[in-house]
This record gives sequence, C-alpha cells and structure tokens, in this order.
Amino acid sequence: VCVHHVRSCSSIRFIKSKYVCLFDKSALKFSHHQRLFRTSSVSCGQIVQFKLSDIGEGITEVTVKEWYIKEGDSVSQFDSICEVQSDKASVTITSRYDGIIRKLHYNLDEIAYVGKPLVDIEIDASKGVAPEEDVVETPAMSHEEHTHQEIKGHKTLATPAVRRLAMENNIKLSEVVGTGKDNRILKEDILNYLAKQTGAILPPSPKAEIIPPLPKSEGVPTAPKDKVRKIPVPVSRPIAFSGKDKTEAVTGFQKAMVKTMSAALKIPHFGYCDEIDLTQLVQLREELKPIAQTRGIKLSFMPFFIKAASLGLLQYPILNASLDESCQNITYKASHNIGVAMDTEQGLIVPNVKNVQVCSVFEIAAELNRLQSLGSAGQLGTNDLTGGTFTLSNIGTIGGTYTKPVILPPEVAIGALGKIQVLPRFNGKGEVFKAQIMNVSWSADHRVIDGATMARFSNLWKSYLENPASMLLDLK
Amino acid sequence: MALPRSLRSCLQRPGVLGGAGGGGLILQSLSDDVYQNLAVEDWIHDQVSLENRQVLFLWRNAPAVVIGRHQNPWQECNLRLMRQKGIKLARRRSGGGTVYHDLGNINLTFFTTRKKYERMDNLKLVVRALKALRPQLDVHVTDRYDIVLGGRYKISGTAAKLGRTTAYHHCTLLCGADKSVLSSVLKSPYKGLKSNATASVPSSVRNLLEEDPALTCELLLEAIAEEYAMQHQIDHHVTLINPADEAVLPGINNKTKELQTWEWVYGKTPKFSISTYFDMTYKDSVLEVKVDMEVKHGRIEVCNIDVPEQWLPPGLCQELVKSLTGCRFCPDEVTVLASTVLRTCPQDDELRNKWNLLCENMRMLM
Repeated sequence: VCVHHVRSCSSIRFIKSKYVCLFDKSALKFSHHQRLFRTSSVSCGQIVQFKLSDIGEGITEVTVKEWYIKEGDSVSQFDSICEVQSDKASVTITSRYDGIIRKLHYNLDEIAYVGKPLVDIEIDASKGVAPEEDVVETPAMSHEEHTHQEIKGHKTLATPAVRRLAMENNIKLSEVVGTGKDNRILKEDILNYLAKQTGAILPPSPKAEIIPPLPKSEGVPTAPKDKVRKIPVPVSRPIAFSGKDKTEAVTGFQKAMVKTMSAALKIPHFGYCDEIDLTQLVQLREELKPIAQTRGIKLSFMPFFIKAASLGLLQYPILNASLDESCQNITYKASHNIGVAMDTEQGLIVPNVKNVQVCSVFEIAAELNRLQSLGSAGQLGTNDLTGGTFTLSNIGTIGGTYTKPVILPPEVAIGALGKIQVLPRFNGKGEVFKAQIMNVSWSADHRVIDGATMARFSNLWKSYLENPASMLLDLK
Repeated sequence: MALPRSLRSCLQRPGVLGGAGGGGLILQSLSDDVYQNLAVEDWIHDQVSLENRQVLFLWRNAPAVVIGRHQNPWQECNLRLMRQKGIKLARRRSGGGTVYHDLGNINLTFFTTRKKYERMDNLKLVVRALKALRPQLDVHVTDRYDIVLGGRYKISGTAAKLGRTTAYHHCTLLCGADKSVLSSVLKSPYKGLKSNATASVPSSVRNLLEEDPALTCELLLEAIAEEYAMQHQIDHHVTLINPADEAVLPGINNKTKELQTWEWVYGKTPKFSISTYFDMTYKDSVLEVKVDMEVKHGRIEVCNIDVPEQWLPPGLCQELVKSLTGCRFCPDEVTVLASTVLRTCPQDDELRNKWNLLCENMRMLM
C-alpha cells in the first residue's frame, strides 16, 4: 500500500491534532466523543490511495459506470464505492478503509486500470493504515455464536476496530444490536451495550431522544406520596437516531397538483352540503348488479350519481359552464363530460366520461370500468384526461362524511361524496327505520353561481337518487 | 421436495455440505416471476457464505425482457409493444446485454467465491451436458462467452456480477422460446437517442428444440444438474425453493420490491439525450415538431419542444416544457402533466384536439 503522509494542516493545527491523537489513545470509552467531533474538526489524517484490485480472468481495464459516493463523503469499510463494468461483468468495488473520500480519480464512462488508484481516502491518523488483506467477515467464533447468527439469518458486520473493542470487553457481537447501515455494529452500539450491562449512565449525546415530561394525572386516585416521589427524570439514553430530513424536488404528479391547485385558488369557492337517503338506490343496485355482471360490467353507485348529475345539469346548465380568464364571458358547455376522481399509486387523476347526457346508466358503468382498468395500468390517454366539464369525487370509498372539495379549473363546480353509513332516521309515520345515508359536499364558483342555484341543483340530484324511479321520467 | 427447515441453516453456515472436492448445492425456483428470481440471486450473493461451497441456481421466467445493469431500455427494446403485450421489463444487477425470457428459455446461475469465478469452465460444463444428451450436437463456446449452435446461431448469452467476496455468472439457454416475439420486442422504435449505455450486440438465435424436438427444458435442466453434480462430486439432488418464502429467505420480499421500483428499472439508466422530430397531420396540413430532451436518472432534465408558431396559444408550449422538467420520462406521468397544463388555458374543442394530438405524439417517444 502506498501511503502518502500529506500534511495538509498548518503548524498550529498540527499541534492540535497531536493533542487529539494523545487524547484518543486514552480510555476507549471516550472515543465516541471523538467520533462526534470528527466532522467539525480539521482533517489531519493520512491520505491513502485505494487502488483498483484485481478483477480476475486477466482483466486489466474496466469502465467506471456509477459512483456511489462523492468527494467529501465518509465511508466505512465494506461500503460500496462504485460500479465498474468489464466485458459483461458488473463489479461492485467496496472500500477497504473507514475514512473520508478526498478524490475520485475517474469520471463516469472513463476507463480505470487495475492496480492504479481509484479513489483517495483520508483515514484517521489514530487508526493507522488498515492491513492489505481483506478482513474475513466471519471470524472464528464459538458454536453458540453460530446459532445466534443462524437465527438472525445474516452475518454480523463490524469493522476490525469495533471487533477489537468487543473482544477487549468480552462482548459477543451477536448480542449487540447494530444501528449502522445493513445492521452494521458501530462503536456506539458497543458502548450502549456496555452501559446497559454496567448500569452506567453515559453523558447524553446530542442525538438522544427527548423524553416528554410525564403528564399530570387528573383526578386519578394515586397515593399522594408516590406522586411526590415520582419526579420525572429525563432518562438520557444515547440512542443513535439516524433519521434525517429528506428534501426532494416536486415533480411529476405532485407538480401537476401544485399547478391545478394554484389555479383553483383564484376561484372564490362556496360550499353546500346535504344528506342523501340512498336506501332505495341500494336496493335497486342490488337488483341490477347481476344483470350488469352477465354483460361483463361491474356496477357501482357512481354511474347513478353521474347520470343523476347530468339530468340535473340539463335544468341548471350554468353548473356545466366555464368562465373565461377576464371573467367577461361564460361558456355553457353542451356536452356533460363528467370527471371522476381516481386514486392511483402515483396520485390523484381525474379521467372523464364523455357526453353523459346521451349515455345510459349501463354505458356509463362500462366506460367507468374501462377508465379504471386503464388508470390502474397507467395507460390513460390525454383524451380521457382532458375536456371535463363537471367533476364528482368519491372520497367516501376511503372514508369521511363532509369535505370541502376544490374546483378543478376550467370547471365551475365539483361534488364530493362521503361514505354510505347505516343510520337511524324517521319515516313519514314517525317511526325509526334503518336508512343508508350518504353525505354530499358541493363547491361552486361564487362569481357565476349563487347559493340558490346550487341548492336547487342539489335538491334535484338528491330527489333522483332518493327516488330512482323518478329518473325514468326524465331520462333521454 | 421443498427446502426443509434444517437445510435452511445449511445455506448460512460455511462449509457444512461436504464432498471431497468441496460442497455444492443445486437450487431450482418454483416461481416464474422475473423479479422474484432476480431477488433470489441477490439474496444468495449477499447472504450465503461460499467458502468451500458452490451453488447452482436454475430458473425460468414468464415473458419478460431483462436488460443489463448499465443499459438503456429505450435503446434496447420496444417498450410500447411490451406494455401492450403485458411483457415485463426487469433490470438485473449483472452487466452485459438485453435478453428476452419466456418459459422456453432456461437460466443458470453459478455462484462461487470471487477467487473461484471462472466463466469459461461454467460454459464448458453446459456444453458437456448438452453433448452428453446428444453427442453429435454442434455446440461450442466462443471467446465472447456465447454458446453457438451450428457455428452461427447463438443459443446462450452470459453476464456476471462480482461483489467483494462472492461472484456469480449467469447465462441463458434457448430451448423453445418464441422467436417472433423475441425479435419484435428486442427492436427499439425510438429514434434520435444518444447515450453511453452499454449497447447490446444483436445475434441470430435458434432454439435447441428446432434441432431436436426431444430437447425440452425439463430434459436440459436435468442434464445440466447432473453434470454439475458430477463435477462437484455432490449428490444429484435438486432442491426446490419458493422465492416468496420469508422463512427460508429472510429479507427476500424487500429485495423483490426493490427490483420492481421505477427508480431501479428506469431510474438507473445512464444519462442520455433525445433529438428527434415527428410529423402531425392536423386538418389537411402537416406540421413538424422538433423535440430535444436530456434524461438523467430516468427524469427529464432539459426539455425543448419546437412547435410551429401560432399553432398553439402563446406560452402554452413553454408551460408544458416547464412542467415536463423534472418529470419521469414515462408516458403516464407526461399525460397527466400535459392534461393539467391544459387546464390553465381557456379551452375550446379545437385547442383540446390540437393538444391531445401533440401529447399523443410525445407519448410515442417513451
């Protein structure tokens, strides 16, 4: 191994590093402090050139295909550094040392040579240079150790330094819970284990969980003596909490949502909610379901809701309109292209059923089936997703009663349907009966739609659904 | 015979299965799901100690296209056709080129330590097994690690993965695959792609069944297992494993899931660029649209769409370009974004039709 003793520190810092080294050579117990300091202190370790080791089969050169680390990252022994390719073989190169990556010798798609430096790693001066040979991952252990490993089902990972620490303290690695990557056992884990064994309380590390103070009990009969004695003492367990905040760019479906909602914000919404008694519709659907099944179509409630909405829109066409940018003109759309909000694994999409005004309930059901299967396969076309004039959202399939839906521009109204619940209601004779109740929440653009119009539309829609036979009179 | 509990530990304890020449184990998958089977390879590679032991894994998949670790699926296969036919796309962890799998193709994976990694030996073993069945079969191994029939038809392709201590070499073997589907899905329709991804080398292929109708997959699997057993002086016993069994293979389901994520299958594509155009016919006139994109990690990093002036309302195309930046290079995400962008504009049917036409053409690029 070619070692460069690079003194990248000034003379003042050099003295400090000597101090750190001396400090470190004392009780190993304190070395976890050093670990915490490492990132903030000046770097004064040795720079080691990690060479590309022999690939086998007489190969002398490979192409670098992917870097897993970048300059400045810290690596542990056995972490993956990069992926190289040679003649149909993809090779994962892992680090031989613990340390910080200081230099990458190749860019992507460049040819790397066996035996030549791949990366420069700065290792801790205190640790010294790691041995040339790869350390065998599973050292000779007693038979009991073996059993432990089998139960866990995977090999215990730990660097040589950690193993030495465990050995010096008579600790079985298999009994230590690893909190590092791939359940690797870190120095902190050994120290925690030691603390538990000896009952010692280690000084709290910055990463410790904040234990909330015990809540005041109200009127719970406990001996007042106990209360006084039980003063909440925050137990500082130096748990290595490895969760980090994750920032990602807003893209794809989320971006689409941001755009739509930003445009929707410009619309002054007003809401109107009501309760629908679907008892008769539930029964009707039960009767019609098998007929639809014989024709190969799954019949849900949505086709009825959609058709009833279309009948309502015939009477109140302003709800199927569009307001232009300058709010000068309203366009009354002839087609009732009713959108149905669908939840896919990537996000919410709203395909629409075209021309509901000339479709039968069965045709609507068939179209919904088609859109649903395309939607789940991610194969909806732009035609299916554009041109909607009115939207119904069935959030009730997930849950909830009342909601405040947001209008999808360029539409002017939207309805959200809650879940169907069985509730007690009074009938005309004053008797209590079991009713199937669903809540609907409408939102409309208050610039062009007033409360009365919305209420009348909702009542009409409600009457069609509460008394499905009445739909027959107005079906075209 | 399924893997009994006591044997499970054998997979984890080094050097237990003995034999004078070192231990060996022959495993066969009960599943034809390409992701599950690739996950088993990962699992064995990560979890099994191969000191003093070698493992052979036999598997077959339902129709799927498998690309190499550093390849570009848009460059290698017809993704549109695959979506229509329900043929899955998988990216394996080993290098090499693209192959088509179906139940008429068998896959063999040879697991050894890094030091004992030797592809030629493995392929020669396969050839020996074939010749044991049919001595006059004209098969030999080329220096590109292919197995060739009759001097010109490729019947097997090879790839390998090397880790820190273990390595595996896997290869295919064509018994009775559907050659017409094979050639249609392995032909990319996407134009104007520029990339440094590993390109496949196309070859003429032939099925062993065409040479001799008695050479079925089952027969070949038997023969290879026997040859392997002889070579390693172990019992000719094939252990069946279920790649969904967490008890036998703890952690396997996570590996399977990872192999199915978009980030792995498409997101690992090396950076590439597209520079192409398409013609759209709209109301008796033909318009040319130029598209330039740069795709990194499977996402559109840079995007430029050149539509004839005045054809769309001003700024709408720019809105689309802005939306697409950062979007996955994938037809359904692009469709949703494009539909959403349209909402920001006052709509009439004419604009909608134009927009849908433009978007449908954009989808065809993916």
